[in-house]
Amino acid sequence: MEQLVLFLPLIGSIICGFGYKYVGEFAATAFATGLLFIAAILSWVIFINFHGPTEQIYIMRWIESGELSSFWAIRLDRLTSIMLIVVTTVSALVHFYSFGYMSDDPNWKDGESYKPRFFAYLSFFTFAMLMLVTSDNLLQMFFGWEGVGVASYLLIGFYWRKSSANSAAMKAFIVNRVGDFGFALGIFGLFYFTGSINFNDIFAAGPSLKSENIEFLWMEWSAIELLTFLLFIGAMGKSAQLFLHTWLPDAMEGPTPVSALIHAATMVTAGVFLVCRMSPLFEYAPNTLAFVTVIGATSAFIAATIGLVQNDIKRVIAYSTMSQLGYMFAAAGVGAYQAAMFHLFTHAFFKAMLFLGAGSVIHAMHHEQDMRNYGALRKKIPYTFVAMLIGTLAITGVGVPLTHIGFAGFLSKDAVIESTYAAHSLVGSYAFWLLVGAAAMTSFYSWRLIFLTFYGSPRGDIEKHNHAHESPFSMVIPLIVLAIGSIFSGMIWFEDFFGHHYNEFFGSSVYLSPENHVIEHAHHLDNWVKLSPFLAMTFGLVLSWVFYIRYPSWPSRLANTFQPLHSLLYNKYYFDEAYDFIFIKGSNALGRVFWRIGDGWIIDGGLNGLALRLIPYLTKLSGKMQSGFMYHYAFAMFIGLGVLLSWFVIKGVN
Amino acid sequence: MVCNQGCELMENILSIATFIPLVAAIIMGLLLRGDDKSAQENAKWLALTATLATLLVSIAIIFGFDPNNTGFQFVEEHNWLLGINYKMGVDGISILFVMLTTVLMPIVIGACWNVEHRIKEYMMAFLILETLMLGVFCALDLVLFYLFFEGGLIPMFLIVGIWGGKNRIYAAFKFFLYTLLGSVLMLIAILYMWIVAGTTDIVELLNFKFSATSFDLLGFEISGGAQTILWVAFFASFAVKMPMWPVHTWLPDAHVQAPTAGSVVLAAILLKMGGYGFLRFSLPMFPIASSLMADFVLWLSVIAIIYTSLVAMVQEDMKKLIAYSSVAHMGYVTMGVFSLNQQGIDGAIFQMISHGFISGALFLIVGVIYDRIHTREINAYGGLVNRMPAYALIFMLFTMANVGLPGTSGFVGELLTLIGVFQVNIWVALFATFGVVLSAAYALWLYRRVVFGDLIKVSLKSINDLDRRERLLFTPLILATVILGVYPNFILDIIGPSVSTLVESLETFQVNQLVDN
Repeated sequence: MEQLVLFLPLIGSIICGFGYKYVGEFAATAFATGLLFIAAILSWVIFINFHGPTEQIYIMRWIESGELSSFWAIRLDRLTSIMLIVVTTVSALVHFYSFGYMSDDPNWKDGESYKPRFFAYLSFFTFAMLMLVTSDNLLQMFFGWEGVGVASYLLIGFYWRKSSANSAAMKAFIVNRVGDFGFALGIFGLFYFTGSINFNDIFAAGPSLKSENIEFLWMEWSAIELLTFLLFIGAMGKSAQLFLHTWLPDAMEGPTPVSALIHAATMVTAGVFLVCRMSPLFEYAPNTLAFVTVIGATSAFIAATIGLVQNDIKRVIAYSTMSQLGYMFAAAGVGAYQAAMFHLFTHAFFKAMLFLGAGSVIHAMHHEQDMRNYGALRKKIPYTFVAMLIGTLAITGVGVPLTHIGFAGFLSKDAVIESTYAAHSLVGSYAFWLLVGAAAMTSFYSWRLIFLTFYGSPRGDIEKHNHAHESPFSMVIPLIVLAIGSIFSGMIWFEDFFGHHYNEFFGSSVYLSPENHVIEHAHHLDNWVKLSPFLAMTFGLVLSWVFYIRYPSWPSRLANTFQPLHSLLYNKYYFDEAYDFIFIKGSNALGRVFWRIGDGWIIDGGLNGLALRLIPYLTKLSGKMQSGFMYHYAFAMFIGLGVLLSWFVIKGVN
Repeated sequence: MVCNQGCELMENILSIATFIPLVAAIIMGLLLRGDDKSAQENAKWLALTATLATLLVSIAIIFGFDPNNTGFQFVEEHNWLLGINYKMGVDGISILFVMLTTVLMPIVIGACWNVEHRIKEYMMAFLILETLMLGVFCALDLVLFYLFFEGGLIPMFLIVGIWGGKNRIYAAFKFFLYTLLGSVLMLIAILYMWIVAGTTDIVELLNFKFSATSFDLLGFEISGGAQTILWVAFFASFAVKMPMWPVHTWLPDAHVQAPTAGSVVLAAILLKMGGYGFLRFSLPMFPIASSLMADFVLWLSVIAIIYTSLVAMVQEDMKKLIAYSSVAHMGYVTMGVFSLNQQGIDGAIFQMISHGFISGALFLIVGVIYDRIHTREINAYGGLVNRMPAYALIFMLFTMANVGLPGTSGFVGELLTLIGVFQVNIWVALFATFGVVLSAAYALWLYRRVVFGDLIKVSLKSINDLDRRERLLFTPLILATVILGVYPNFILDIIGPSVSTLVESLETFQVNQLVDN
């Protein structure tokens, strides 16, 4: 059954991608979608029936060299089963949604078959993501890791006529490769120390790695700290954390269903999954964990500040994603892996829904994405409005304070925030305050999105507003399913993920060191701590209402008053500009220097000057030798060589 | 080996494989007359038949090969002229290069199907080249090896010099001089070895311990003694062949001027002779010198990876870009070899085989559009996916293989060499791993400029997608790249035992050296 879940999407991808010419576009895409639904149902069956210990399902040998041996295999435990349902459910819904969204796309000319390609990429992505989450060793994980990267690259650049889409696709792939650079070094290092890349062996080596040291970059490092740090670099790339985040907003160039599936619900959470999966190592690396928390909390905060002022509806949600991923890392960093997984799980529902809802808005508004040209859309697209509203209630964390009743985000986000406080450490407190601040901003920008889009009066091209229409059922049904998840998933699974059953629920899939009592502490916190995210949320909501409903002229006045701050946020802290100058211009300049001066002057100039100028010059002197035919030179060389050879033989023997 | 009725045949099977192409070339030269259409067709079909026959024979060889026997198999020995021994044989390392050659040659012949200029001579050049290349990988006698090794220069030199581009004379000359200058030193070393060991038999030389006692030369102490001197002499030749930084500049020029089929052979097979040489001679015959010089080679390799990747990024000529990318990938090979451990060497061999398929495919990819538009300028293209979807797909696959995407063969080689080198030198591993970021940058940048975007250039408006012949040429390359990526043990199982014997002998030598000192 597990194998079916894993390979059905691959089969769908291949048949859809290569077979559509024979069976027709609709049959091919429907086939891929059907297989995904089967995979999703099977995943739920696996998830619900899974209670036992970790299972390993062997498929095939992979790379074997000396003591290095790796297998294609499935590791089935609680973490895997959670990821299975997240990935296959969202993917199946996104496939279904795409029937409507991609039905007629002005980016393509008549008669161009873009749909099968799109579905094939989606299914291929799902396969790669499943390979990642089911892997039993680091190499297969890396396979999935890079596989989802390629799928992401292909889908971001799906509109290959658009230059901006092509640039964004390249950027995503290359920035991710920077992260992979760390991940790969981490794998090499683990193999160096443990002689294996299989999870069981690596996890068993955690305690012994703690006592080993390694010299790296002129410093003496604790092996476990260095290795987990390197793995985390990979996680930072994939999950768009600060310094390696610049690709995610640009990735919105891809079609919106892609943003929902890859850049919100699944692929970008792979980094969080990696940290949780590697908990048997991270638990022995307190410094790396502190670093994880700091990066996570800072990313959550910084991304939220940028989200405040963006105008492109998808970019707002993209920064929101980066911010929520920061929450997950902050939780994992303080040792509350369960809280991180919980937020990952609920976030998949409401963030996918927000993106699909945004897609529905964009679809209705004829591919207009600037919120300044929206307004008053709630009557035109009522289902979408309700869906977006539920998504917003979920992401901002609306619920009944001090109970376990509320939208999904209320339970999971509060679990994260409470865990950081419950860590009772310096980085924990740092994270706590930043995350509470970020919660206020999340609420502000999420409601700003709702108010700008659905309230007020129509702005921009009035023609587009007149033609705005509700999306077809294929797009509305996934929204309804995700809405159910966004409302109930938190309440249903709170006890399992974060409540009193968390130990039985996660079993051996997450390792907690004996000193790690974060979740127990989190269960017994002061009420002000438990209330603070709620208060922050309310504050953001009220402020947003004041700014965008009550006094709509305030935002621009405020922006003018604090011009430098506004442009700093609006331009995303100038990360892109700085990176472009340092890395792209820098490496190009270096390349040119190496090419023109290194290869051209020094190497060629030196060697050719000797060989290609001097020797023909000498032969020219001898007149007749200069016949112009290449093979004359060749034979001349050989005769010369023969003479030299004879000379050596005679001399050598004597 | 069990001897039955086919015994006679199996005993000489390496020679049969090696000389089928030469015989075909001789037949072609003697019997095919005229330059009309039918003569041209005959020449092409004869060449194709000969290379396919060679392929079949080599398949028989691999089926008869026992990977667990780490010695040489299918050995044949005859006295030849002037007291030189004719001795052939293969082990787990060389047999894969034989296979690489025989698999690729029919594709190479297929790639020149539309050449019209002196097609008969062109075919003959490739057939002779195949014999010489197979000879290099099968030869078990130093002199025989040297003849094949250097002989290969001549047909390649002619292929570039006669059927090449505008600047072919310069490029052919540069190619010839670089490689020849490198081999002069090797020849002297071979003579020395013959004098000292009294034999040129490779099997005997592998067991001969060359002196490693340090001595003074002009006031410098040469640690590793004669071994180091010999090692350097062989290194000079192999480093140019690979090519390693800083003697790599002949390669981009040769590639740019070479015809498509010539580029394929050059990148896919000829470059591998250097790597093969390191494994056959430098490591096992001069183990002490090899371990002394390992760090030096590792640093040269990593410079090659970073330096040529950066240079590749700013190229405007497609072939130059891919040529520089080849140099970078060969950097992983030398790095793996001189990691001197199982993963490193396994990875190096795997990388060479895999790069044979990938770079061959990439040069064919350039050839496809060069045939149509007659330029290699990247800026002359753009938006090809509009009219060439199949081409775009194949180009994407090999771009990804070239950047070492897991699931393609390119990944396995890079991974194993990096794992290998991490165990001996973390700094080198750090920089070399960074090379994968750079390779993604230049490869995707190339793909984007050529394939993506709207098709607006007038010259490209009527460009056609791959025809049946071209699809057929790519099929085996695609299969090889994907199958070896998913199940690399087809190769690793064959080389494993031989490499592990090699690594063990290296370790013994190092231990002995410690004891001696």
